[in-house]
Formats: sequence, C-alpha cells, structure tokens
Amino acid sequence: MLDRVEIRQQLKAPIEHLGRSIIVNVKNFGHFFLYILNFFYWFPRRPYRFKLLFEQMYFIGNKSIFIVCLTGSFSGMVMAYQTYFGFKLISVDSLVGPVVAITLAKELAPVLTGLIVAGRAGAAMAAQIGTMKVTEQIDALEVMGINSHQYLAVPRIIATTLVLPMLSTVFSLVGNIGSWVIGTKALMIDETLYFAKLGDFMFMEDIYQGIIKAFFFGFMISLIGTYYGFNVTQGAEGVGKGTNLAVVWGMVTVLVLDFFLTSFLIKIL
Amino acid sequence: MSSCAIEIENLVKRFGPHTILDDLNVKIPQGKITTILGFSGAGKSTLLKHILGLYTPDQGSVVVLGSDLGQLSELELREFRQKFGMLFQYAALFDSFTAEENVFFPLQEFTKLGIEEIRQRARNMLLTVGITEDSFEKFPSQLSGGMRKRVGLARALVLGPDVMLYDEPTTGLDPITTKMVNRLILDTAEKYKDRLMTSVIISHDIKATLEISDFIAFLDHGRIIEYLPVDQFKETTNPLVRSFLDI
Repeated sequence: MLDRVEIRQQLKAPIEHLGRSIIVNVKNFGHFFLYILNFFYWFPRRPYRFKLLFEQMYFIGNKSIFIVCLTGSFSGMVMAYQTYFGFKLISVDSLVGPVVAITLAKELAPVLTGLIVAGRAGAAMAAQIGTMKVTEQIDALEVMGINSHQYLAVPRIIATTLVLPMLSTVFSLVGNIGSWVIGTKALMIDETLYFAKLGDFMFMEDIYQGIIKAFFFGFMISLIGTYYGFNVTQGAEGVGKGTNLAVVWGMVTVLVLDFFLTSFLIKIL
Repeated sequence: MSSCAIEIENLVKRFGPHTILDDLNVKIPQGKITTILGFSGAGKSTLLKHILGLYTPDQGSVVVLGSDLGQLSELELREFRQKFGMLFQYAALFDSFTAEENVFFPLQEFTKLGIEEIRQRARNMLLTVGITEDSFEKFPSQLSGGMRKRVGLARALVLGPDVMLYDEPTTGLDPITTKMVNRLILDTAEKYKDRLMTSVIISHDIKATLEISDFIAFLDHGRIIEYLPVDQFKETTNPLVRSFLDI
C-alpha cells in the first residue's frame, strides 16, 4: 500500500512536469525574442554585405523558381477544375477566373510559397549555420571580430523577406495562367467573359494582401531557420534535429501567422 | 620574466551551479610561448574564451596588451579581437571557401587593400606555411588534416596578430603531423619574435608541450596550480602535475 508521501509525490509529478515544460517554453520564447532584437540591432549596422545578400537572394529565389512555377501552375489548374464544377451547378461558371485569381493572390500563393521556402531554404539555413557552428566556423568568425549574426543571419533574413513576395507573385501569375488554360481551353469558358469578370472582381488590394503576407512569412521563416542553426548542439545529430525543427516550426508559423494576418488585413485593406 | 601580454586576476566564471574558473590568476609574458595544460574539463577552453573576450567574467579581470577587456564596449571588443590570431583544433576553415579564399577573407574584411594586393598577400602567406600553389584552389574537404592546420595558421597570421592562440593544436593527429604542427608553431614564434608576438597554447599533449613551450601553466578545477618556465616545470614536485608528467 502506498504511504501518504508516495501518494503526494505521484500527484505532484504531473504538475511539476507541466511547470517545467512551461518554464522551458517561456525561456525558449524569450530566447527567440532576444534573437529577433539582435537582428534589429545588427541589421542597420555597417558593413553592408551586398554580395552576400545577392548570393542569398539568388539561392532562395532562382533556385526555388522552378518548384514554385510547377506548384503554382498545378494549383491554378486544380482550383479552376474544382470551382468550375461547383459554380456550374448554380450557373456562375464565368466567375471561375476571378475566384481562382483572388484565392491565389490572397491565400494560396503566399501560403504555398511560404511552405515551399520553409522546406527548402529554411532547412538549408538551419543546416548550413548549424554545420558551421559544430565545426567551429562561427567561433572563427567571432574570433576575427566579425559578428556571426550580422554576417550569416542578416543577409539570409533580408534576402528571404524580399524574395518571398516575388516568388509569391510568380506563383500567383503562373497559377492564373494554369487556371486560364483549363478554364478556357478545357472547360470552354468564354475567354472574353473570363477576362471581363476577372477585371470586375479582382482588385489591387487582393494582390497587396498576398504580397504583405509573403513579406512577413519570409521574415519569420528565415528568422526560424537561422535561429535553429545558431542553436544547434551535439554535432551532426544536432544539425539534423535543428533542421527538422526549422522546417516544422517554419511551416506551422506560416499557417498560424496567415490567420492573424488575414484577420488584420481584412480590416485595413 | 619579460613584460606581460595577458594578465588575469581573480577570474571567476560560473555556468549555473558549476564553477568552471575559480579565482584564477595568471600573467602570460609577451613574446614567449606559454602552454596551458590540464585535464579534460579543467576549464582550458573557458579560459581561452575569456582571453578572447568571448565570455564575460563573473568576477575578476582579463587585461590583454594593456586593455581591460571588461571595460571595452561590444564594438571596441570586436575591433580589439583583430589583435588575435587563432588556430582551432580542427582548423575551422570555412568549407564553402577555397584555401586561398580562407586566407583572403580576413584581409578583405579588415583592410582597404586592392583585390590583387590581397590575393598576393594571401598566396605569400600560404607559401610561408608550406602550402604549394596546386592546393590554393582546393576546398577544405580536399585537404589533409595537416594541410588544413597550415591553411588555418595562414589565415590566423595574415593580419599580423600580436597574440596567437592555439586550441589543442596536436590533438587527434598522427605523430608525423604532430611533429609538423609543433615545428610550424616554433617557426611562427621565431619568425614574429622581433614583433614580440605572444603565443598561448591550450593542450593536454604533454610531450608536445615540453618540446615547444617557454612557460607552462597547469590548470586544475578552474585554478592555475603550477606556473613555471619549462625547465623548472619538468622538475616540479606538485603531486598532481607530477602524475600528469609521468604518464
């Protein structure tokens, strides 16, 4: 039979576990918040490394363009099919163009591009910086008097923040081409009507909304990717873990942030 | 003993409940090779990071070349670090750069020299440490351990440091490469003797230490328990140091 002390300890254990995990999470959040402040501290300071910035923009942008175009075109085509068969039931199939275009511009393009970049560039950032950390390359930078955050994180974060809206715009454009091909060539929607409705219902605000979202997604994905890179421990295994966490949290952040940005942007745009 | 390059007084560093450096005092002479010996976990790397200003002491002071590192701002400290050169245990070369670019990098970051001048200096430095031209364009992954150390040394020396730090330079190397690295350290110290370049080596390789050092400090549980010129160190009667020497 359990005595009173053992019963009390068994009851205390889950509460202690909960308390500990709350403390760890608050600590991690604080650590991440300080990391963001560190970025804003180093971001405006000299030297400005434009070469590194353009290299990162090339890596994130140019090397992601193919997959963005591929995903974008198929997303647009699928959306056209799905909306067409729904809309045809209530005889508004001519609205396929604007519905697909608005959905792409406001939601699908920034979110899917964000997920692609989180999977590709976010993972690469965590892996590159993490490997540099475990092989003392970051220490070597610091010993030389170069701030590793300014040298490694700042160009990556700025590059992703600038490139993601561009990729999202390309995604949207290619998706609309896919939708137009399926809508007018396969589903036989009148082409003039397709473009007329697009002009009637699609506004610049819809495009701005997607671009603003992509801007914030880019910022957060790269912050998370570089953060996990800098916080890698335990050698090669740690690099793997850091990369995995960067991808998972990058993707989750895109989806959660999308909700809050949508709620906010709907009110102001 | 000649004038001090590094003066550490009452240094205390704690990480959580663990005291890593406990009231540590040491004066490292200028223009000499000083080795800090100790068991694994004795606090050698923590001490090195204090000398570099990468860690802030909980108590005490670290004065390098007359500057109290604790009194310098973050930006002043970064500038001050250009007085240091460091050879890491595994060289820590930037793996996306070639051998030449690794040496090129500090010159590009910290001097206003033209690209050709920088290239020439980087190449000369590589030749000085024994890297031949056919290896200039090789990436670190294509170089042997010994060659990586040489490139790492060239990178550390290219800005003409006043204090050269070596972190476990011979750990994990075969005897021939160990001998080569020891020779490299001695040659480097000799070459920069007139500039009074100070060398500090962190090691637990007793044989190599006795071969190349002018002074040896023995670190145990965060304190320097013995600090003597190499000849006197060999004759020490301290039982802990003796047990380390007699292995």
